[in-house]
Amino acid sequence: MPKIVLEGLVKRYGSFEVLHGIDLEMEEDEFTVFVGPSGCGKSTTLRMIAGLESVTEGEIYIDGKPVSQLEPKARDLAMVFQDYALYPHMNVAKNMSFALRLQRMPKAEIDAKISAVAETLGLTDFLHRKPGELSGGQRQRVAMGRALTRDSGTFLFDEPLSNLDAKLRGQMRAELALMSQRVKKNMIYVTHDQIEAMTLADRIVVMNGGYIQQQGSPEELFKNPANKFVAGFLGMPPMNFLDGEITEKSGEIFVQGQGFCVKLSQQKAEAARAHNGRSVTLGVRPSDLVYDPAAAEDQSLLVSIIVSEYIGAQTVLLCDCGGQKVEVELKSTIPIDRNGQLRFAINPDGVHLFDKKTEIAL
Amino acid sequence: MSIANKANRLTPYVFMAPAAIILAVALLYPIGYMIYASFLDWSPSQRIGEADFVGLRNYINLMHDAAFRESFWVTVKFAAVVVTLEMFIGVGLALLLDRNIKGMSFLRTIFILPMMIAPIVVGLMWRYMYHPTVGIFNRTLKDWGFEGIPWLSDSTWAFVAVVMADVWQWTPFIFILSLAAMQSLPRSALEAAEIDGASEMQKVIHIKLPLMLPVLIVTLMLRLIDAFKVLEVIMVLTNGGPGLSTEIVAMRIFRTAQEFQELGEAAAMSNTLLMVLMALTIGMFAYNKMQEGRAAKMQAMAAKGTA
Repeated sequence: MPKIVLEGLVKRYGSFEVLHGIDLEMEEDEFTVFVGPSGCGKSTTLRMIAGLESVTEGEIYIDGKPVSQLEPKARDLAMVFQDYALYPHMNVAKNMSFALRLQRMPKAEIDAKISAVAETLGLTDFLHRKPGELSGGQRQRVAMGRALTRDSGTFLFDEPLSNLDAKLRGQMRAELALMSQRVKKNMIYVTHDQIEAMTLADRIVVMNGGYIQQQGSPEELFKNPANKFVAGFLGMPPMNFLDGEITEKSGEIFVQGQGFCVKLSQQKAEAARAHNGRSVTLGVRPSDLVYDPAAAEDQSLLVSIIVSEYIGAQTVLLCDCGGQKVEVELKSTIPIDRNGQLRFAINPDGVHLFDKKTEIAL
Repeated sequence: MSIANKANRLTPYVFMAPAAIILAVALLYPIGYMIYASFLDWSPSQRIGEADFVGLRNYINLMHDAAFRESFWVTVKFAAVVVTLEMFIGVGLALLLDRNIKGMSFLRTIFILPMMIAPIVVGLMWRYMYHPTVGIFNRTLKDWGFEGIPWLSDSTWAFVAVVMADVWQWTPFIFILSLAAMQSLPRSALEAAEIDGASEMQKVIHIKLPLMLPVLIVTLMLRLIDAFKVLEVIMVLTNGGPGLSTEIVAMRIFRTAQEFQELGEAAAMSNTLLMVLMALTIGMFAYNKMQEGRAAKMQAMAAKGTA
């Protein structure tokens, strides 16, 4: 039985609708990540699950039980907030034990729990400090610790890493991944950072404009994006999009656009044949473009460099292909002619086609 | 040092001079005058130069003056009672009204109206309401079949009456300050408490009140200082009576100067009150300093933690 189910979840502020009927099933002990740009409704969804926002329409089931009318405390969840939301007047131990103290758990039991959690999070030396006396990373850990001591069935994370600097964020991401392997619980995690989503999730839910765009495992979403939004949102550097048209020439199917004409693989061609003559967007990730001066013309793109960004082992090149922008990656050691034209072979399996109007994958 | 350089160094003092002069004329001079007067046996018919210097006699008289001691005690009692009541009611109201209800901003404005009315007017208003026959309180009581209450003519009831009027006027002050403090509390900490399983009451006790404490303490101090100086409302309501039951120190000072024509003694009383209030004020500043020092220490430690 799925552990958490969202059924036709709608949120309106006055007459302004921000969530338009979210349907989602999360398996037991699954790490689900809601990802999307600012204002897509991911945080609102999480806060509705937490009980901090009321549900306008629809229902939330936890373990088969409708909870949308229940108080947060009756939902058996713990939450880590974006700004940590620690209690400024309590020290670390008191912060972590607040929920347990409210439950009137015996003191010895609380102490044992706190010291165990503090141990795993490396907070033992800070138990008597107040949040104001801690650094950002330490506060983050305390927030995590406060959730862990609760022993709840479900953990909610609202952009927990977004206030940390890049290095610390990477470190905490790894620790979170480790924690999620050790603590088998339902985890629902909201982020706008697609790298966090890709690395942490069992299931990614991509949201935009109050709708779920697509959900599935990170691999599924990366390989088979359902539409142009998902394709462009996941992956770094982002997927390239080139406008073109499907054409048939002597039985073969091509996508033809300004400055390129790419032959589709057998498999893709079959799907595309029915759409002959239709305007499409060709999507191809930088990682599916390989520098190969000898590549066949209908299996490659011919580009000229606009900007080159050296980032160490790799160089990211922003190029022009028939008036459209294309980003490609290249090993920095490969010698290239920066002023001339470069040919990049397209991995035939890395070609994605989207309807130009609806942006849905063909 | 060149002249230009010297002028540069003098500039800040030149800018500060007007404020310093006003301060000296409007504040230091009267206080100095009052301190000097408190060492004199001075009646209003004399010029200050003609008054006899009596040293500390006025202060020693005060120590032995039962009426002054009584009025000092009334003042302390009055301040303690009104400030306690106002704190409870004000903070309680703020806790109740800290939510988004339609028309809330209108309600809040209504709540702070009493504070905006001139004290004399408040006194007159309440005097009519306390009127033994036509006042609204006694009329209502009589309508319900009860005896009327001798609001202003019985010494116990008179004290209750002035306390009620003061609470009515000054609770809004505590209400708006604590409401402001409450609305600047970190929302997410309250949400975290909700998720941690705190009931509304537990949120108030464990999160809201402790976080509001610094503001509440300063508010309390401000009200206390004010309550020690209250004059107009009581003057209009009871003129200190019956007997000495509502004669707070400010009232006593006023009467000593006006009725008894003993300016030196009145000055000595004022100075005593000033010293008490000064102690309270210094206490408040010391508390603030302590808070700031602690915050600075915390920040320094946090910064070290990050490094």
